[in-house]
Amino acid sequence: MSKVDKHILLRHHEIPDIANIKTYQADGGFETFRKVVSTKMDPVELKNIVHDSGLRGRGGAGFPTGLKWKFVDDNNWPHYLVVNADESEPGTFKDREIMEKNPWQFFEGIMVSAYAISANDIYIYLRGEFWELAHVLDEQIELMKKEGLLGKNLFGTEYELNIFTHLGAGAYICGEETALLESLEGKMGQPRVRPPFPPAVGLYAKPTVVNNVETLANVSLIVEKGANWYRKFGTEKSAGTKVFSLSGRVKNPGNYELPLGTPFRELIYEHGGGIIDDRPIKGIMAAGASSSIIVADDKALDTPMDYESVPDVGAQLGSASVIILDDTVDMSWLINKTTHFFKHESCGKCTPCREGAFWMTSLTERIRSKKGTMEDVILLEDVAKNIKGKTLCALGEFSTEAVLSAIERFPDDFDAQVNK
Amino acid sequence: MNALLEKHTKDIEDILKKYPEDQKRSAVMPLLYVAMRENGFVSKQDMYDIAEIIKVSATQVASIVGFYTLYHDKEGGKHRVQVCNDLPCALRGSGEYLEKLCENIGIKVGETTEDGLVSVESVMCLAGCDKAPMFQEQNPDGVFYHEDQTVESTLELIEQWRKQEAK
Repeated sequence: MSKVDKHILLRHHEIPDIANIKTYQADGGFETFRKVVSTKMDPVELKNIVHDSGLRGRGGAGFPTGLKWKFVDDNNWPHYLVVNADESEPGTFKDREIMEKNPWQFFEGIMVSAYAISANDIYIYLRGEFWELAHVLDEQIELMKKEGLLGKNLFGTEYELNIFTHLGAGAYICGEETALLESLEGKMGQPRVRPPFPPAVGLYAKPTVVNNVETLANVSLIVEKGANWYRKFGTEKSAGTKVFSLSGRVKNPGNYELPLGTPFRELIYEHGGGIIDDRPIKGIMAAGASSSIIVADDKALDTPMDYESVPDVGAQLGSASVIILDDTVDMSWLINKTTHFFKHESCGKCTPCREGAFWMTSLTERIRSKKGTMEDVILLEDVAKNIKGKTLCALGEFSTEAVLSAIERFPDDFDAQVNK
Repeated sequence: MNALLEKHTKDIEDILKKYPEDQKRSAVMPLLYVAMRENGFVSKQDMYDIAEIIKVSATQVASIVGFYTLYHDKEGGKHRVQVCNDLPCALRGSGEYLEKLCENIGIKVGETTEDGLVSVESVMCLAGCDKAPMFQEQNPDGVFYHEDQTVESTLELIEQWRKQEAK
């Protein structure tokens, strides 16, 4: 049995040498995969275990993983598992640490998951910037082939499994699962119109599950230890632990794996060591640049970080990339940064996002350079509202979150910038 | 004659094997990386060669070069210093770092040094937010991270590149 102490995913904190395959195997590593394949476990049973564990997608949407797997169309073959390692949300750097520091658990997780959806081929889509990491993964895949963990006739059965890495080349939008699939097919990364969703029509028009790295890294331990074991962590509706990427104006930025439902205060002040120079905290962006800005009052700081509670303070948990803002941060500066990002990353397919991000950036530029008036702020709000809810994918929606919340919740920052 | 295929036959065959027989278009991105190994950018001829290998039009290959930021169709510095100046890094001083770095090298963001050694670019989030200021170095060999940077440490690194070049 694998030893699990404080961390389920960032286990290199307890087992520093876990990136060595021998160390991982000595801890019971790959036994779950071996058992699942060699005993010809029923994939339906595996889907049920993951469904019952309450595991939800860690890429941002929080969609129940087991349910996604159950949507896979069993009348259309082959099936594909595509691992979303495009980690590009500003403020997110967790998948990288999981793959770098605990790679074999990541691999075992995706291998068990592939078996569960009856897939023989896995593509790991990594953002192009993870060039060095992708080359390490390629070497590790070769090693697993030699160890008899990948290839044909695994453990004397008919099951075959292959893993391929695929490097993106710098496009935030490819984290959106249908844009990712387009990119993997050799096209521009532009989202598809849905439905159909990938479990019905995915890669090469075949049933495909796209899951985030962190999500899948949980799977082998959930299968080994059972759904109830996983449910002991976190809250009833947000089961398990989550890797929180903490950045911005804190003393100790980094990844912290904590049970879902841990309050913001604990993450920021205990683990993060508090604010730089002990200044007052002003705002929190819980879901990276895609986040509404939470006013960091006592109520917010005591809010549990889980999928249900964060909306109570007017934001989403998303990928849990928690960016901390202190009293030195001017919100008109901040939204100039975020609109610039979304303008750059809009794929250009649908008009409200393509044009809207452009106009929002121009307006925030004008406001920042002190040439704006209150009318510009009102116009900016109007443009944002006309993007929201009118785009093909979530990128357009995300581009408005910081803008609208900044104007509504931090009006003084705009008053100070504009000409009366 | 397909110069790219001829020069990198084994690597290109290995790349094509990753994808189903009837889906070779998927190889466009890895093939573009192969093309960039030469000079750090994709030439027009490379686009024609790739198009021929995966049986699409050169225009389709060009659209991929244009869409993704890590592909370049023009020559830049041998080492592209791509500094993340996105929100989380900016909150930890990347703006000032970028400005001072440029001042020291004597170029503006987007420019290349006269000797063609270094370009400085300002890029979007690189998933290194806890180790800011940071940049990625893109050169014909690949993409390499340099984290927890100071202007001094980056200038030192550039000096090393310069020495390597002189050898």
